[in-house]
Amino acid sequence: MTIEDIIKPENLVYQKSKLLTEKPFHYCPGCGHGTTHRIIAEVLEELGVDEETIGVAPVGCSVMAYDYFDVDFQEAAHGRAPALATGLKRVWPNKVIFTYQGDGDLAAIGTAETIHACNRGENITMIFVNNGIYGMTGGQMAPTTLEGMKTATTPYGRKATLPAGAGFDGIPCNGYPLRITELIAQLPGTKFVTRQAVYNPACVRKAKAAIKKAFENQINGKSGVNFVEIVSNCNSNWKMEPVAANKWLVENMLPFYPLGDIKVDGKLVEK
Amino acid sequence: MASFKGAIVVNTERCKGCGVCAANCPVGVISLAKEVNGKGYNYAYMAEPDKCIGCASCGMVCPDGVITVYKVKL
Amino acid sequence: MGELKLMKGNEALAEAAIRYGCDAYYGYPITPQSEVIEYLMEQNPYERTGMVVLQAESEIAAINMVYAAGASGKRVMTSSSSPGVSLKQEGIAYIAGAEVPCVYSDVVRGGPGLGTIQPSQADYFQACKGGGNGDYKNIVLAPASVQEMADFVALGFELAFKYRMACCILSDGAIGQMMEKVVLPEQKPRMTEEEIKANYPWATTGRKRGTQHRVITSLDLDSVKMEAHNRHLQEKYRMVEENEVRFEEIDCEDAEYVFVAYGSSARIAQKSVQLARTEGLKVGLLRPITLFPFPTKAIQNLIDRGTKGFLAVELSCGQMIEDVKLAVNGRVKAEHFGRVGGIIHTPEEVLEAMKKQIIGE
Repeated sequence: MTIEDIIKPENLVYQKSKLLTEKPFHYCPGCGHGTTHRIIAEVLEELGVDEETIGVAPVGCSVMAYDYFDVDFQEAAHGRAPALATGLKRVWPNKVIFTYQGDGDLAAIGTAETIHACNRGENITMIFVNNGIYGMTGGQMAPTTLEGMKTATTPYGRKATLPAGAGFDGIPCNGYPLRITELIAQLPGTKFVTRQAVYNPACVRKAKAAIKKAFENQINGKSGVNFVEIVSNCNSNWKMEPVAANKWLVENMLPFYPLGDIKVDGKLVEK
Repeated sequence: MASFKGAIVVNTERCKGCGVCAANCPVGVISLAKEVNGKGYNYAYMAEPDKCIGCASCGMVCPDGVITVYKVKL
Repeated sequence: MGELKLMKGNEALAEAAIRYGCDAYYGYPITPQSEVIEYLMEQNPYERTGMVVLQAESEIAAINMVYAAGASGKRVMTSSSSPGVSLKQEGIAYIAGAEVPCVYSDVVRGGPGLGTIQPSQADYFQACKGGGNGDYKNIVLAPASVQEMADFVALGFELAFKYRMACCILSDGAIGQMMEKVVLPEQKPRMTEEEIKANYPWATTGRKRGTQHRVITSLDLDSVKMEAHNRHLQEKYRMVEENEVRFEEIDCEDAEYVFVAYGSSARIAQKSVQLARTEGLKVGLLRPITLFPFPTKAIQNLIDRGTKGFLAVELSCGQMIEDVKLAVNGRVKAEHFGRVGGIIHTPEEVLEAMKKQIIGE
């Protein structure tokens, strides 16, 4: 059997979702944004809700997410995506509304919008891509940057407090990495809160199932934010090869940002 | 036990050569080409096509959606 | 014939919004305009018409909710007062860039900063000259009565959707808080999804399969496209200047000297005109109803007809006067008079200023 015999439409088992446009992603090689875009598009295609979907793009690397999804989209100001989603969902309760945001957008400048959309229990889906760094602006510290992690604005590593020496030890410095996902899970307005990743096939499958649940909950429900964090990479700003970055993610990000469901059907998952 | 034979088609011009597919192929089918595409990337290709089982792991992890996977049951 | 009621300016605006068939109000309380959201909440508009009223976590969130709903073709509005409107400028600039129709009410109070809760007209620049970042304008309507607070809701939405831009209803603490009789319009139905889709093909309502998906954004990294977009916006603003100027002339037929005043200052200057006339002085009042577009030609026509001087009367240190001077272009005298800090000028001192600064000995 030759390769030509296999490559036939009837033997197709996997291809890029039709809900992605032909425009090539501008993301760096190996970036988890692309993978996350792909599985969101697959979920929307499988659910058949593309004619009812309005996405909200953030400011950050994924600012032009609207170019890649073949669904209607709005571009938000930095951090305001949950406010846009609220504004939309309240006047279009039957449409499928989702935000796509990075860590700086969702957990720094947009913290108020994030917490209050979650606390109001807006019936929306929020996708949160956490790579622990500001990608678009060139690798500065994010609220989710790990302690010790070197970034453009923490060139000697993030320090929550100043270290011993020179008599300043213990004084606040860069603060602590923020587990915003655990934080919003505490709010009564969140329904489904989960942390996933996309660095290997097994976790891509799980992440896709979680995203599907996050959309199904919205479609079948009346209230409650469905929140999916994707722990992702930033090869360029972590200054690593893509495969090495994924290994670093597993070894360093996941111990602090453990994968799994945090809240299901409005109930915190017992650990 | 049924066995499968697979094949992948890489959109080489859109491949960025990140190598995540190769790292995640369970049977070592994929390598990065010595040649480069129009953007200068060493694109992914089936270096050992006979080994492909059509599991679609490569397609699943490809950040740019450039891999299409086919599979037949033998 | 509509319903006659005694209402506050802020309440009249809120009631008019419900009756216009407004789909949503997203706001945040701030003195002196909190009656807008309080009245709306009390009226239960969700039950009356299906109108959504939401108290947001901040002015920033509120204006961004407005952006999203407006970008999906819904009639949506917000309201605030000066420091709150400063916070909203981020969203208003995005609204301008992305060409989103919406209405916002700015019940101006004194500044800068937290300033005072008393009436002021010191946010003319912010409202009329852009306010946020970039080259843009908003349509600015200046009500001088409770009746106009109500009437300008419908006018504001019509202009906002006609030109796909924000329309500001710029009043002040006096107009927002005063009670007057108002004739309220008849209840209109809210637009259906089908009507929105038919009338506003640009709106993000969910794209039909096989058609181009729609994107509402103010971003384009392609400089050529961004220049073209900016030129398009400017062309639109020229159209607004060409077609939408509104003003009122009071005793201007034979006026040698004319007050230029809007909103609560126009009410005071109207009395000053009466005082001047009893003294035999030929004084009139030009009241801009649209501040952008500014009634430049009306001023030039008055000069052509023999007006020899203008006094811009504003509750500010001199903002609208710049547009008056641009219109006058040095042909006759144009000066500013205004009280600030929450003090409202008296008709007598306004007339006195006209005599001293314009008419002379």
